[in-house]
Amino acid sequence: MSDCNLGSMPLRYRVTIDRDQCMECGRCVDNCSYGVFRQDGDKILINSRKCTACHRCITYCPRDAIMLAEHPCDYRSHPVWNQQVRESIYNQARTGKIILAGMGSVANLPVIFDRLMLDACQVTTPPTDPLREPVELRTYLGKKPSKLDFRQKANGDVELATELTPNLMIETPILLGHMSYGAISLNAHLAMARAAQEVGTFMGTGEGGLHPGLYPYQDRVIVQVASGRFGVNVDYLNRGAAIELKLGQGAKPGIGGHLTGEKVSKDVSKTRMIPQGSDAISPAPHHDIYGIEDLPQLVRSVKEATGWKKPIFAKIAAVNNNAENVAAVARSGVDAIAIDGFRGGTGAAPRVFRDHVGIPIEVAIATADKELRKQGLRNEVSLIACGSIRESADVMKAIALGADAVYIATAALAAMGCRVCGNCYQGLCPWGIATQRQDLVDRLNPDVASKQVANLIHAWTLEITELMGAAGITSIESLRGNRDRLRGYMLDAGLLDVLDVKPIGA
Amino acid sequence: MAKQITIDAKGVDCTSLNQQIREALKDGADEVVVNNVLGQRFIGDGLRGNATICVHGVAGGDLAMFMSGPTVVVHGNAEHAPGNTMDSGKVVIHGSAGDAVAHSMRGGKVFVRGDIGYRGGIHMKQYETQRPILVVGGSAQMFLGEYMAGGLLIVLGLDGVMKAREIGSGIHGGEIVVRGDVDDTCLAAGAKKVPLTDEDRARIVPVLREFAEDFGFDPEPLVNADYTRIVPASARPFAGKYTWE
Amino acid sequence: MDGSGIRQALSMMNERGSGEGAGYVAYGIYPDYRDCYALHVFLDNTCESKAVVDATLEQWGAIEHDEAIPTCNQQNLRTACTPWRYFFRPDASLAPGSASPEKDVVKNLVMQINGCVNGAEVVSSGKNVGVFKAGGSGAWPEVVADYYRIEDYEGYLWLAHNRYATASPEKWERPDPFNLHDWSVVENGKTTTYGTNRRYVESFGYNCTTSTDSEVITYLIDLLVRRHGLDINLAIRALAPPYWEEIDRMPEAEQKLNRALRFAYGAATMNGPFTVVAASPDMMVGFTDRGKLRPMVVGECADRLFIASEESAIRTMEPEVESITRPAAGEPVIGRVAP
Repeated sequence: MSDCNLGSMPLRYRVTIDRDQCMECGRCVDNCSYGVFRQDGDKILINSRKCTACHRCITYCPRDAIMLAEHPCDYRSHPVWNQQVRESIYNQARTGKIILAGMGSVANLPVIFDRLMLDACQVTTPPTDPLREPVELRTYLGKKPSKLDFRQKANGDVELATELTPNLMIETPILLGHMSYGAISLNAHLAMARAAQEVGTFMGTGEGGLHPGLYPYQDRVIVQVASGRFGVNVDYLNRGAAIELKLGQGAKPGIGGHLTGEKVSKDVSKTRMIPQGSDAISPAPHHDIYGIEDLPQLVRSVKEATGWKKPIFAKIAAVNNNAENVAAVARSGVDAIAIDGFRGGTGAAPRVFRDHVGIPIEVAIATADKELRKQGLRNEVSLIACGSIRESADVMKAIALGADAVYIATAALAAMGCRVCGNCYQGLCPWGIATQRQDLVDRLNPDVASKQVANLIHAWTLEITELMGAAGITSIESLRGNRDRLRGYMLDAGLLDVLDVKPIGA
Repeated sequence: MAKQITIDAKGVDCTSLNQQIREALKDGADEVVVNNVLGQRFIGDGLRGNATICVHGVAGGDLAMFMSGPTVVVHGNAEHAPGNTMDSGKVVIHGSAGDAVAHSMRGGKVFVRGDIGYRGGIHMKQYETQRPILVVGGSAQMFLGEYMAGGLLIVLGLDGVMKAREIGSGIHGGEIVVRGDVDDTCLAAGAKKVPLTDEDRARIVPVLREFAEDFGFDPEPLVNADYTRIVPASARPFAGKYTWE
Repeated sequence: MDGSGIRQALSMMNERGSGEGAGYVAYGIYPDYRDCYALHVFLDNTCESKAVVDATLEQWGAIEHDEAIPTCNQQNLRTACTPWRYFFRPDASLAPGSASPEKDVVKNLVMQINGCVNGAEVVSSGKNVGVFKAGGSGAWPEVVADYYRIEDYEGYLWLAHNRYATASPEKWERPDPFNLHDWSVVENGKTTTYGTNRRYVESFGYNCTTSTDSEVITYLIDLLVRRHGLDINLAIRALAPPYWEEIDRMPEAEQKLNRALRFAYGAATMNGPFTVVAASPDMMVGFTDRGKLRPMVVGECADRLFIASEESAIRTMEPEVESITRPAAGEPVIGRVAP
């Protein structure tokens, strides 16, 4: 970099070892795939610049000898020219390129979920004790009739004439969201597939095709068709329990995806059906959808290919005209719409999109539910909220704002060990999640990881049951869109109006 | 003895028509003749096997989408995206076709005797033995082979002027072969022209012969014509665009 | 039967109320105007407020007759409005395409009048039926009954309700019963699903203005029975459906039907504690929440059916009652008016 005067940036993290505690066992050296530690004789040397704060070394240090500090070097504090802004400038002044970043938005904006309070029963209605009485979380995803038709049989009995279209039944309103094989490892996929089977839900494949290792769990898998059509053929479509058409992603609305050639290993190339080492480029639009009337055509083409037996989902990113988008998609024949808020995760997205484009999922779900009801389309589709669903309370709030269910993804990764360090793009994930390097992938035991993911969903399910019981609600469809059971805490009047939620005290 | 089943598509909606075709295949038909087709979509969608479906009329959009094996012959024109995400098999269109022909096609052949619209061969891709082939007898429109990631796309320009411009925009795999010369101004960023070697010619000649045979004309002038070959300038067209946080 | 019996029965239930609201509804009380829709309206005043109602009614049809509802001032009851009644003939041509145009006209004008701040609230709107209710301090059941002199009315089907006030105790339109043309509803309890149910009915053009369960339930029943053509049994099943586990154990056809009901009417499902008694010109139905959190006692005597929160209320009206039962949750009690 002789033609650049910017030099090196201040350290992002500083790693230190308490030499009194350290017994030079070398576990940190073995565990750190980024090369922070090096054994030099009987001393362990540290290169903090390579650290990603993945905590792998800290987790595996038997003596708690390793300590990590973020931003050990201060910039002059400035409310406008903050560190991130300055470092982006230095980066782009050096490279002249678009900055890519891993995982979801880091924009320091208020989380609406945190400012919505849930309700509980006191004296006018009794809480339900879910230990003693049923609280139903069972959810059916798919089209529902808006009214029923009956016919009279010859013997005078009345029978149902309305035919129900296929729905997916889930025992808890939590699905495992789409992350592709390629972006994450086969063991991570296997763990989620087994967890989905154990807790009675489904996992999404993302746009990476379906590895034969997941065939035994295919009844618990939602296969995704994205604009790149990687791994998509009639066999793939027919294996899934449902098919999701990915039209957009919350982390990067309006642009496509890009799996770099380095991550297209032999196995990844097989499931994506592209040559090893080639870039997998997903265009921004589906090139057979240039106008809204093309969407029903794609929906029907997939239904035709699968004999009209499988629910079709569509996933869109939450943007300004979300209500209009949702109403348009609801008319296309899809059975469910997943809306991905601007905090949605990603392996990699341009920083400027991740932090600046889109709207929050709380608003997107509320406006979608309201618009669908207004247009008489609510039963046409189920709504799935996604984009940083972090805990069971988020699930409750999303459903009370109008969702039928949620997708979790980052939370599921965290359940497998992910520390949300945001370096997925490096392909060196020491937890064996966002990597294809076999020695790293082997670190993730799918049996152990699946149990952890199942535990997380089970725990959230218990909490949701308790929260619903406390609110006196015994079936999840009675929580859906029940904004009366929410109150906004320090949200402005305009936003409360959009959410159709009253302020606290009202 | 080949079993032939005939279906009259007049006034039949596309789902019912496709059900009838599926039934015919289930009944063991080797050839299904579908008459009076007028815009019904998804003919051959997701079909497997090796039967032949002869379509008389105007085939609607997404002809042979996700198809895996059969042959579809259209005596007439086709709407947009015939061969969409097709796996294997063959589509022969005696007329012309709309936009996005062979979109994301991953295997098999699509032959169009007439012209195709915009974005022909967009995002065609190949994998191991699967190598999709699109041959156009007439002309193609702009953005030919956009995002192309694999396969072979041949445009013969048999009916006069060749309209394609912005050829190979974002191409990062596969090859586009155009009869005659292609002006540099017609190439998009990421695409480059290379001479057609004898090896290349040897590779495309069987395809040209098959095409000529399907449409009943003399292959020799095609076999001996001059061609321009267009390939990716880089397998990583976007690699230089990004830096990491 | 006149209103004296139910007045006495409701008084037996005074321990369930707070003396801030009670109400009655009776079917068959206006034989002279049996073909007109009887609109009971609470007017803030008989000048501006009444002018609004007059004008609205004249737009939607013709007023056959109107008058103040006869009342008798009670010492402890503060009169908050003037109860008025109209006998009205809706212009069916104003709801083209409707299977029941007159009722749609009545529904529309009730929503219109009640949706505006105009000093007028329509509290009942059916043929040959009328709601008599009052709120505020001192509005015990017998006081309200005496105020309206309900013993002067002769009806064949009566509902009554004694309010334990929580919100807006002073408002006269707040106590049950609620009515929309055919259907009247009284509820013991409070659902936890008001928000979902309200948003559901409002997407079909109803307008909930009083934040009360009974208003929403009235509209839900009208929607399901009249407009969606559900049999009353199925409508109640949609409102208080069996648990999925019960459905899973049913024979296949029944399973399919129940699943379809929950699919279609998930947003109409009511949770929380409730006993609902609803009436229309040809039936009276009672049902409880599926967790059976509220009481429901049923009495029968010859061709008469009684549904109440307590047996004592029934025995007050009919000491010779022949049977007393306590139906299970999800088992609706339906009494049909003999033709």
